[in-house]
Amino acid sequence: MKEFILLFRSAPSDGPQLTPEQLKDVSRPWQDWIGSIAAQQKLANIGARLGFEGATVKADVVTDGPYAEIKEILLGYIVVKTGTLEEAIELSKGCPALSMGGNVEVRDIVQMNS
Amino acid sequence: MSRKSQVLSFKKEVIRVATSDFRPLLSLNLFVMQTSQELIPHLFRTEYSKITAVLAKLFGFEHIEIAEDIASDTFLLAAETWGIKGLPDNPVAWLYTVAKNRAKDHLKHLNIFTGKVTIGLQQASSGFHEIEIDLSDKNIQDSQLQMMFAICNPLIPAEAQIGLSLRILCGFGIEEIADAFLTNKETINKRLYRAKEKLRYEKVKIEFPAPSEINKRLETVLTTLYLLFNEGYYSQSQNITLRKDLCFEAMRLNYLLIENKSTSKPAAYALLSLMCFHASRFEARINQKGEMVLYEEQDTRLWNRELILQGEFFLNKSAKGDEVSKYHLEAAIAYWHTNKQDSQEKWDNILQLYNKLLIIEYSPVAALNRTYALSRATSKAAAIPEAGKLKLTSNHLYYSLLGYLYTDIDNDTAIGHLETALMLAKSDKDKAMILKSINKIKPGRD
Repeated sequence: MKEFILLFRSAPSDGPQLTPEQLKDVSRPWQDWIGSIAAQQKLANIGARLGFEGATVKADVVTDGPYAEIKEILLGYIVVKTGTLEEAIELSKGCPALSMGGNVEVRDIVQMNS
Repeated sequence: MSRKSQVLSFKKEVIRVATSDFRPLLSLNLFVMQTSQELIPHLFRTEYSKITAVLAKLFGFEHIEIAEDIASDTFLLAAETWGIKGLPDNPVAWLYTVAKNRAKDHLKHLNIFTGKVTIGLQQASSGFHEIEIDLSDKNIQDSQLQMMFAICNPLIPAEAQIGLSLRILCGFGIEEIADAFLTNKETINKRLYRAKEKLRYEKVKIEFPAPSEINKRLETVLTTLYLLFNEGYYSQSQNITLRKDLCFEAMRLNYLLIENKSTSKPAAYALLSLMCFHASRFEARINQKGEMVLYEEQDTRLWNRELILQGEFFLNKSAKGDEVSKYHLEAAIAYWHTNKQDSQEKWDNILQLYNKLLIIEYSPVAALNRTYALSRATSKAAAIPEAGKLKLTSNHLYYSLLGYLYTDIDNDTAIGHLETALMLAKSDKDKAMILKSINKIKPGRD
């Protein structure tokens, strides 16, 4: 079994703040997607959802916000465990970011040897 | 009073344990049982484990057999004496006095001949004649809880933890334990012996874990109680009374945990809530022929309202703090099942709870139930591809689920899956259930 990180990106939404009820509707597809991966015993780490407070640090300058120069921001990540990259790609096809016009980057995780 | 009605009143009393005022009820029951033949088995269940726990705590775990022997002897003497002289005014106090005297005699004896046990005694310095054998409610409860922590120890296998709990904490006979595990007395005797040896070898103490360790140790205790309950609830054993006893014992021990300030953690409340919800369906889920009745086909009038209400009460109590254990999620799922009425809201919630449960801990049963919930929240057609991904191809329940999902969509495929399920199923009960589903699709066949 290998571990792959799924990084999902999408254009930042600058719409109005969501009500709790709307937020529930937004999070449901995510819960279903992750639940489906967990039901296949392929979830290695629930990962995290990323917020909007942040900055981008470069050698000479710090830019406010996580999305200074790119159209897409990182929304979050999970880690899956599968036999192959193809399986991990198959899992990422259900990611709700895709239906928001976003994308998923699948990368293998290289264990650090101390 | 027949043994059956005696067991029944015991059952009622255990249910009361989950409410605050069970003590008066207990004495009421004693009042009703007027002869020693009726009373002794009942008292054995309730008092044997208390005496054993207190004495073992006093002697140390390494001398647990002595504690068990003294407790057994006490009941033997009760059977002899009460049969001849009639019942004492206060049978419980009588038992405690005899147990105390026997324990003191034993210590005196040992002190004279070997001086061995006193070394293990907590109050060694004061000498045996000053040793107070404290059979107060408080010390009984504390000793039982501490014994629970000693037995529910990851050093010994889960099966041994359950076996020892049944023997030492619940006063079950070896034969009953063998029955519950569908094995023979010899196997159980060996298992318990090895487990005790291991605990002795590791010098396990009968004490409360340090406050910093309590959550972690409590996790093991809760797991054992959860398994003990499930052993009764899902067992293949035909002995329904025994199966119920296992469940109610798990509930009683869980109740001890929530009665104590240091162990009444949210997860303990959540587990008790889960057990109450499940136990509420006891009478409805097994019919008079001893066959399982599917949830969908249960007569809700047989559901125990009182237990459902208690489940809700404990579920509310469990909602303290941020911790969401698997027991919280399972209890919440069981809560939604206490209302048989289907609604979109119900299945949406159950699906989300299964998602969360699987994220905390994968299990094949949770994966299958999640997919079933998905079919109820969306559609069978939408759940079929999700079911396909589970690939639990050695599990008959997997093919039963596929059979269910394909029914009315593609009945030939449905029957194919159910026939595979039939091939994989091991117990007659499971096979009977699957055959029923097949026959429902093929109305011609019977």
